[in-house]
Amino acid sequence: MMTRPWFLVLLLMAWGCPDSRGTGERLVVTGSSTVAPLMAEIGKRFESERPGVRVDVQTGGSSRGIADVRGGLADVGMASRALKAGEEDLHAFPIARDGICLFVHRDNPVGELTDDQVVAIYTGRARDWSTVGGGTGGAGAAITVVNKAEGRATLEVFLAHFGLASRDVRATVVVGDNEQAVKTVVADPHAIGYVSIGTAEHSASRGVPIRLLPAGGVEASSERLADGSFPIARPLTLVTREEPAGLVRELIDYARSPAVHDLVRELFFVPVR
Amino acid sequence: MSRSAERWTDVLLVRTLRGVAVVAAAVVVAIAFFLARESWPMLAEVGVGRFFTDASWHPTEDEFLLLPMLWGTLWATFGAVLVATPLGLLSAVFCRFYAPLAMARTYRRLIELLAGIPSVVYGFWGLVVLVPWIRRLEPPGPSLLAGVLILAIMVLPTVALTADAAIAAVPRSYLQAAAALGLSRWTVLRGVVLPAARDGILTGVILQTTRALGETMAVLMVCGNLVRTPSSVFDPVRTLTANIALEMGYAVGDHRSALFVSGLTLLALVAALVAAAEWVSRGRVHG
Amino acid sequence: MAEALSTLEPRRGFGGRRREWPLTAAAWLAALAVTAAFALIVGDLVRHGLGQLSWSFLVEAPASAGRAGGIGPILTSTALILGVCLAVSVPLGVGTAVLLAELTPADGLFARLVRLSLDVLAGVPSIVFGLFGNAFFCVWLGLGFSILAGGLTLACMVLPILIRTSEEGLRAVPREHRLAAAALGMTRARTLVAILLPQATPGLVVGLVLGIGRALAETAALLFTSGYVDRMPGSLLDSGRALSLHVYDLSMNVAGGEPNAYASALVLVASLLAINGAASWLADRFLRRRTTA
Repeated sequence: MMTRPWFLVLLLMAWGCPDSRGTGERLVVTGSSTVAPLMAEIGKRFESERPGVRVDVQTGGSSRGIADVRGGLADVGMASRALKAGEEDLHAFPIARDGICLFVHRDNPVGELTDDQVVAIYTGRARDWSTVGGGTGGAGAAITVVNKAEGRATLEVFLAHFGLASRDVRATVVVGDNEQAVKTVVADPHAIGYVSIGTAEHSASRGVPIRLLPAGGVEASSERLADGSFPIARPLTLVTREEPAGLVRELIDYARSPAVHDLVRELFFVPVR
Repeated sequence: MSRSAERWTDVLLVRTLRGVAVVAAAVVVAIAFFLARESWPMLAEVGVGRFFTDASWHPTEDEFLLLPMLWGTLWATFGAVLVATPLGLLSAVFCRFYAPLAMARTYRRLIELLAGIPSVVYGFWGLVVLVPWIRRLEPPGPSLLAGVLILAIMVLPTVALTADAAIAAVPRSYLQAAAALGLSRWTVLRGVVLPAARDGILTGVILQTTRALGETMAVLMVCGNLVRTPSSVFDPVRTLTANIALEMGYAVGDHRSALFVSGLTLLALVAALVAAAEWVSRGRVHG
Repeated sequence: MAEALSTLEPRRGFGGRRREWPLTAAAWLAALAVTAAFALIVGDLVRHGLGQLSWSFLVEAPASAGRAGGIGPILTSTALILGVCLAVSVPLGVGTAVLLAELTPADGLFARLVRLSLDVLAGVPSIVFGLFGNAFFCVWLGLGFSILAGGLTLACMVLPILIRTSEEGLRAVPREHRLAAAALGMTRARTLVAILLPQATPGLVVGLVLGIGRALAETAALLFTSGYVDRMPGSLLDSGRALSLHVYDLSMNVAGGEPNAYASALVLVASLLAINGAASWLADRFLRRRTTA
């Protein structure tokens, strides 16, 4: 009927077009959605220097990346954290550093929070901005606590630094990706959340009304992260099952080389030396 | 053409189409099988009861309570359908009976467009525009209400369009007879058009209830994702779908299996809904 | 579609306005509310996205994680995914609809089972489609992250809508036409092709449009099947990022991606408008050619 020409065209395309899986090499990289944009750009630059090679970057989460690497579904995995206990059989290669900082709405006058205050806020003991020196003027206001969904690398780093367990947290709102946290805080002057430093810095510089809070007295910025003084940090790593060789080795070395430092900085992470 | 040749074509047609229909019907069976297989480790090890009796949802710490999220799903879905159905029906009625032809065409085009806007756009708009509005009514903003409103906007176009198509299918003779009798618009609608179009309209509503049940992205962005049974429309909630989307990429082993159990629960909910609809109409919906 | 009733002009000619004003008010208010929602949402898109639109945006490849450059390869991938989806779901869907509406008893067991399973299929969450599509098409059938896998998964999602509206469209064709065809000694196949399907085109088109809209709007299902790669696809077995996925990534995952997210969303909505318009126009032409003879 009217659909027959359609079908034929597609059949032709499916089998007539050159399938790049045969010619040249293809590497599959899956994992963290935080690392994926960076690896996609690194992959593209790698491809331009080695014609015939394809680097396919897929997203789906750090745990998925590690599972895919274990199961042979991916050549390289991406994780926005260091390897955990039970993952020692894998090989990890950091390609960038990322920090995690707390942030509030710009209209919130609070300048700094001690670790204890942060713990009090996130465990629900401090419910009002007036008890920690914040609020938007006048009477205090209920704190909107923004937390990350369970299992996320950002959450785990946050919990580890402040010595909390997941069940201790009394959140008001739970978010998924980094930008969702930023937008939630922007929409609510009484909110507090935590996010990747790079994301926050970039947004603040573009006029998004947020303010980064220092941690342990150290200013939250890429410089402090780069010189190692910022306390809450995590590595963005590439993971392989065996010791990498051949094209995989080349890709990993490339991703750690100075040739891609500009890409790392463009996405507001800190390159590893 | 000889008679036997004619019948042969018809038989072939029926046989082929039967095969086609079986393939179409088999998809959902395959999905159910897949969900069951992935949930099996958790179900075998932990049993169904714990998903309703555990203290909380902390899968990494061996707690698997699904109940608050089930409530979140149910409240969000039925709230949305409650809001969208009258609006959708009225839209269809407006298009067919009140609007001048050009306006009706534009309006229908508008609704078709609304039907195609990605859920991420709705979610994003909800997060950036709707949630702050709600926050002004009552903090924190991300809430069941936001979810209900966004879902209603998402579901409304299809309800309106299928109702519109159903109303259009009402035989002209009915309307001509009504006009000849000098009946008011309200009487025509209530007594003639809506009863005749009822099957089509109901179809649309059921389809969209199931669609609202399965919506993921938009509710993820506006509902607040807090695992707690809501006590007011301003409370943040987490739906089962948002839960799967939030945690699947970072879940391993039992956690992953538990997420598939919640997927299976959703499927069971949909099946129950469909069965209920079927029972209520007792086959008349398609009859 | 609008023609069916407008020629009857039901807006005029019905008497008894006294008790009618609540309904009139409600209808107009509903229309106003929906239009307001539309204006707010699309207006927001236009306001933030129009500035980024240009021809080069539509053809260039994305750069800097999508924040610069354009969406050319993404548009291509999206079109291919949609193409695969329709190529599979339209024959399957119309075929099943024909069977259910014409060739089996409506309350027979087979028809009821098929309908029930389709109704349940319509309620499967999009994320579950993504997981299923990944396990079945990508892993089990070995297609990997590919446009083909994405299109097939979307076909599964779109099938119930297509079948339902096509069935309604077929049922709307008056019995007299079928009886006349039988009296003339036409085979069912021929009746179908020459008379029923053309007359059912309005229903089919509504289904097609709704299906395309649903497919284009899908994100979660495509994330795990056609994937994240934003390169120009070389074949249907390549991974390709769909437009809605690009909008999600730029707005939720990449810092500073909002301007292009808005622009991409605007392109998506505009494409839908164009497709709807084309579908209606084609349907009108087809209908007029076949039935005015």
